[in-house]
Amino acid sequence: MMRLTCPWCGPRPESEFHCGGTTGIQRPPLDCSDETWGRYLFGRENPIGLHAERWRHTYGCSQWFNALRDTQTHAVHAVWRMTEPMPEVIPEVPR
Amino acid sequence: MRSRYSAWNLFAAAPGHGDWAPAWRDAEPKPRYDVVIIGGGGHGLATAYYLAKNHGIRNVAVVEKGWIGGGNTGRNTTIVRSNYLYPESARLYDFSVRLYEDLSRELNFNVMFSQRGVVTLAHSRHDLDNVSRWANAMRFNGIDADVLDAAQVRALAPRLNFGPDARFPILGGFIQHRAGPARHDAVAWSYARAASALGVDILQNCAVTGFVMQGERVAGVKTLRGGVAGEIRAEQVGAAVAGHSSVIAKMAGFTLPVTSYALQAMVSEPVKPVLDTVILSPAVGAYWSQSDKGELVIGGALDHFPSYAQRGSFATLQQVMAATTEMFPSFGRLRMLRQWAGIVDVVQDSSPIIGRTPVPGLCINCGWGTGGFKAIPVGGWTLAHVLATGRDHELAEPFQLARFHTGRLVDEAAAAGIAH
Repeated sequence: MMRLTCPWCGPRPESEFHCGGTTGIQRPPLDCSDETWGRYLFGRENPIGLHAERWRHTYGCSQWFNALRDTQTHAVHAVWRMTEPMPEVIPEVPR
Repeated sequence: MRSRYSAWNLFAAAPGHGDWAPAWRDAEPKPRYDVVIIGGGGHGLATAYYLAKNHGIRNVAVVEKGWIGGGNTGRNTTIVRSNYLYPESARLYDFSVRLYEDLSRELNFNVMFSQRGVVTLAHSRHDLDNVSRWANAMRFNGIDADVLDAAQVRALAPRLNFGPDARFPILGGFIQHRAGPARHDAVAWSYARAASALGVDILQNCAVTGFVMQGERVAGVKTLRGGVAGEIRAEQVGAAVAGHSSVIAKMAGFTLPVTSYALQAMVSEPVKPVLDTVILSPAVGAYWSQSDKGELVIGGALDHFPSYAQRGSFATLQQVMAATTEMFPSFGRLRMLRQWAGIVDVVQDSSPIIGRTPVPGLCINCGWGTGGFKAIPVGGWTLAHVLATGRDHELAEPFQLARFHTGRLVDEAAAAGIAH
């Protein structure tokens, strides 16, 4: 079982968490084209490798946080709170 | 050499059966083809077959990174059904079931499609209402469905938990009689054999690493075969790569509304016949059937996070096992034999994408999510149509990429069968 480190509660098993998908998606201006809005709502990079995503410690403190996880190895490279910027130590993050 | 499978050829074959021709040719890549198909799974091989058969386009190559049928075609639970809610989906999937019904004869290869019925269980008053709505929607669409009461479910599957202490009491359900499992390898191999016989080149261990571009247009694929980089030119390229569709889209410079997840399944040790239909419980998120070898084939819901690793999450495995022992107490002592996962391409509205992409020269067939196996014939049929004619097949019209900005989604709640 994968172990995730909640920034508030520390390391906990995967079954306590809920994955909320890609994090940091920027909403385009409301007068954008339908294509842009469609890409915002549904389009996803869905990268093979590093993926910046949001998780919720549902069966714990119930707080949302961010994680940088490898979608091939499931290794978690960084965890940061919703209000914090993404840590800069990360080599490169696909956008 | 013998190539036609028949009782006569079986008896007339030489001692040791050494005179059978290989099922398909081991081809060397040519420098250019009319159509190159990326992905040698069921969908890709079916596309090649229907290009040759329906459209007379035989100068076709199927390019496969590993071995044919080694991806999701060999990693599913082989259930073929068309119990969908909306008319667009019903038309698409029932066409597929009808092609499956005739596939063994058409391809001269026993795909072992066994229409033993798929039963969806209801465990509450609300489930009963939902089952009635679901079955009635299917009947409106001309697809067979019968609502069952508890006694009828019990007669079909007496090993289900009908005990007084059952946590999920079975109040009824519905059955699609024409649904049932097929043999996954046979589906891949039969399409490969039939396509190869019509002149299609099947190139295994040949990975696509990028596209050859001519201006804005895709003009071929860059390949890596046995450590040697190469290039294959093509008038049209079709991609049928399921969970890796986003990777192919990125090579061509666009994004898809797809997220990849691992979907796992497992089989028990083989036992004597105990279950002769397919049972699905949306409430516990699992479904069961028994293979002809006697193994119980068990599937469940998606893993909980995006993944490209072809192994399942233990949390989901545990949940599916718990569901199994609850619903079939007598299976509790069985040992599990194998467990595996495939990477599936999940779309927000649980409906596929079959048609042209923003890049000219490239068509795609993806987004089947957890239910691609049942759609192999229709996926191949419709992708072949758009590759050959440049126009969307009538059945595939509602399933275009454009629906994600026009808003005309086909939000197929019944697509997954079990809640995701």
